[in-house]
Amino acid sequence: METVPQFFRAGPSPQVRLFFFVLLSILLMVMDTRFNSFSEIRQTVGMIIYPLQRLAHIPTALYDQAGELINDFRLTKEIASLRQQYFFNQQKLFRLQMLEEENAQLRALLGAARQTEAKAIMAEILYVPRDPFNRKVTLNKGSFSEIEAGQVVVDNLGVIGQITQVHPWLSEVTLITDKDHAVPVQVARNGLRSIVSGAGKNNELELRYLSVNADIQKGDLLITSGIGGVYPPGLPVARVENIEHDRSRGFAHIKCTPIAGVNRSRQVLILSLSSPAPKQPEEEPRSAAPQEKQRRSRVQ
Amino acid sequence: MSNDYLGQELPLEAKSSFIFFSLLIALLFNLLPLQEIILLLRPDFVAITLLYWSVNHPQRIGMSLAFIAGLVMDVSNSSILGQHALAYCLITFFGMILHRRLRLFNVFQQAPQILWMLLITQFAVFLTGMLGGTYFLDWYYFLPSVTGALLWPVISFLLGIPQKPKSDPNEL
Repeated sequence: METVPQFFRAGPSPQVRLFFFVLLSILLMVMDTRFNSFSEIRQTVGMIIYPLQRLAHIPTALYDQAGELINDFRLTKEIASLRQQYFFNQQKLFRLQMLEEENAQLRALLGAARQTEAKAIMAEILYVPRDPFNRKVTLNKGSFSEIEAGQVVVDNLGVIGQITQVHPWLSEVTLITDKDHAVPVQVARNGLRSIVSGAGKNNELELRYLSVNADIQKGDLLITSGIGGVYPPGLPVARVENIEHDRSRGFAHIKCTPIAGVNRSRQVLILSLSSPAPKQPEEEPRSAAPQEKQRRSRVQ
Repeated sequence: MSNDYLGQELPLEAKSSFIFFSLLIALLFNLLPLQEIILLLRPDFVAITLLYWSVNHPQRIGMSLAFIAGLVMDVSNSSILGQHALAYCLITFFGMILHRRLRLFNVFQQAPQILWMLLITQFAVFLTGMLGGTYFLDWYYFLPSVTGALLWPVISFLLGIPQKPKSDPNEL
């Protein structure tokens, strides 16, 4: 009975194999969600599938190029309007320069820290995940273009999200609409500080912990407050869309819509970390610093 | 129906290089950057391809291959590592235990049964995602299974082409 001929031997039964692999994947999931311990594996697999991702991008790239060719004859018009805009902006720029100098002088008078200008790298959205609930996108620049985790991604209108995973040629952005993503903001009208977090839905953000009597109105603009050191201050984030006062709860239910084209724009800017993280107290060992930075960037 | 089954041709043994190639192509389809509605409707091509091979050539495909494909999918989707791996193992399991029964039917009769398998695997993805805390339920989440089942005849026809017997069995 024990000696099954070689021909009929099929290895362990499907049930046993399924049990093994289910256990293995549950183990992986627990390790991944609880301890975040697989960034190296993700990076290597990401590198292996990078050519495939580029290949999948070719049709859209071709389509874009064809569209550009068709658009060529409109270019003269566009150049004219852009030139006009340029002169218009030039004037604003002079004013800005003047204001910047004035600001620097005033800050010097006050003895405040200088505001540093953030460097920006242009990148393109390469790929949106298959899963419609996953509020992440992949960009075509990675650690070879000196992208780091924690950097802020904006478009021409406002904040889009934050880099959370860096591969050599790619990087992943968690959008501000992600359920686990929060941005420190303040109301532009009165400087009220709060934290806006994603609702996990398309085009929706929430202000979760503002009390019922907080001074906030429909249509208020939320800008980054710069607290926490990750987001540079003053970037537009969202506009208040709807305020609901539920008497049974201590907090108002405030819905906002993001200002940036979180799922519209193709080209984005990656801002370098605006200010270096505040210095650690001297007595702490040096090795603790990078860990601290990573943790913070995940939180915000 | 039994006539249907008797009329079927015996397929040739699939080449493992072709299986691998088909999985690569399916992955490529899954990676296509798409817009809103098509993104919601896009079936999971890797799952369907794995199901095709486990139904039609269960000896040529193992659960380990499904597991690896799932891991690759997880990384490219930036979801929890192991989420799709679990789902793909489930779908190969279903294909393996039900392949004898499924092959009694023609591809159009297979499609509704495929729908149930796809729904169960999607539910597994959904469940793990919900436990991980990033998901919430909406009816359109399960639409890709329906489109997947509708595409099943097309996909099984395309994947079956290289296994067609080269010579006419009635030749002699």
